[in-house]
Amino acid sequence: MTLGAFISQLLQVAIALALAPLLVGWVNQCRAWLQNKSAPSLFMPYRTIRKLFMKDAVVAENASPMFRLSPYVVFGAMCCAAAIVPSLATDLPFASAADAIALVGLFALARMFIALAAMDIGTAFGSLGARREMFIGFLAEPALLMVLFTASLISGSTSLPTIVEALARREFAIYPSLAFAGVAFTMVSLAENARIPVDNPATHLELTMIHEAMVLEYSARHLALIEWASALKLFNYSCIGIAIFFPFGIAQGGDWAGVLGAAPALIAKLAIGGFGLALIETLSAKMRIFRAPEFLGTAFLLAVLAMLVNLLLGT
Amino acid sequence: MSGVPFYAQIINLMAALLLLLAFAMLAQRRVLSLIDLFALQGLALAISTAVVAWGTHQPHLYGSTALTLLLKVIVLPWILHRLIRRLDVRWDVEGLINIPITMLIGIVLVVFSFNLAVPISQLASTVTRSTLGIAMACVMLSFLMMITRRKAIPQVIGFLSMENGLFFAATSATYGMPMVVELGIALDVLVGMLILGVFFFQIREQFDSLDLKHLEKLKEHQ
Repeated sequence: MTLGAFISQLLQVAIALALAPLLVGWVNQCRAWLQNKSAPSLFMPYRTIRKLFMKDAVVAENASPMFRLSPYVVFGAMCCAAAIVPSLATDLPFASAADAIALVGLFALARMFIALAAMDIGTAFGSLGARREMFIGFLAEPALLMVLFTASLISGSTSLPTIVEALARREFAIYPSLAFAGVAFTMVSLAENARIPVDNPATHLELTMIHEAMVLEYSARHLALIEWASALKLFNYSCIGIAIFFPFGIAQGGDWAGVLGAAPALIAKLAIGGFGLALIETLSAKMRIFRAPEFLGTAFLLAVLAMLVNLLLGT
Repeated sequence: MSGVPFYAQIINLMAALLLLLAFAMLAQRRVLSLIDLFALQGLALAISTAVVAWGTHQPHLYGSTALTLLLKVIVLPWILHRLIRRLDVRWDVEGLINIPITMLIGIVLVVFSFNLAVPISQLASTVTRSTLGIAMACVMLSFLMMITRRKAIPQVIGFLSMENGLFFAATSATYGMPMVVELGIALDVLVGMLILGVFFFQIREQFDSLDLKHLEKLKEHQ
């Protein structure tokens, strides 16, 4: 492990932690612009997190230690994921510890803990949200795995840095399979990050909510960690998308000075991606929850088709 | 995929698009959108035929392109739209099996036909031979669509899209059939469509509906 690799690893996690709320703020701002509303400040998520950290936590009487533990586990899992996904450089000492499949496992761990914590208190909303979250999760996970498998098949490895290096170095060619996988990945990310066609991130206290229903009982520092973790989740998903489908500009191999050039490229790509997300959220209406299997089934179908087409055509 | 010429990449892309459209037709609930999807499939087919003609310098394939474009993108969708207006049937299409299960069966069919096509396409010497599996899958999916739909018009669209798949198989595996054969098939499809159009009216007059399940009990009540 060289010093350069160590620095780029640290820098990448630091940038993920720092920029994740900004990405959420940017998406909210774009959405407000597109809907002709006056936009909240770009730094609103930071202020929310700071405000929440300064408050005193209130925990329900019958809460078990798991309820207190969960926000830290979720936040930790998201930080680990941020360290694994090559967003700035591919020479990451930590990334060799886990490949793409383990990454999906990390997301599943976070989901399981947050769902258990939601059911821990025993309120109606919590259990309802947890059930829906698991319902969405078990449909979204296979599709996400299939997308990652498609990328692995093209590059011949499930390790994310290797995938990025193989995809960034290839010569220009049209990959129908990557196009399918891209659409499938977008659909999965929308569902996993509680975005509009599946869940509405702007609601509180509505019968249709999923993510918000699970975190209703949290307050103060716990809530701040969960908000930050969900911002990190959005950031991580965006970075996975960028790493697989637009890997140009990520620093390769031991070129740790390239990290400095990779950061502006990452920010530009995230800004475009965030605008795209806001556009999708503005143009589509929220689905009934029972339409979600069809939505995610389509994502799974596209991902499987991508893999099959890749096997047939991509030699 | 390096080493494959650029035109072959475009053909591969069109092949993938054809497969996607076949799945979209399988999942479509509304009959009007079904016709639009069918027209789109015809367009993808025409583009891929034109690219094969351009890439392999086979001028007679431009003729098939024009024929496909005229017949499958303009005339047949127009006839179908008119039929639907005349019959006043804009209902949602009901399938016999629900859509997610149909999709899963579709995936199984795709795997089956890909496996089936691999040894055959190894015999062919064309650049685009690997798309034979996709063409076969399109035929199978259209079959599935004809099986799972209960009404007459979606079944006819399934039949027409099966012809699309066959045509694509012909261009991808052998760079097209002789012009006489293609003209014959095109005419057959057109005439078949017209006759089926007359059938629609007859069926509706007899049963007051285009649901083909009425046809199953012709004998039982006599």
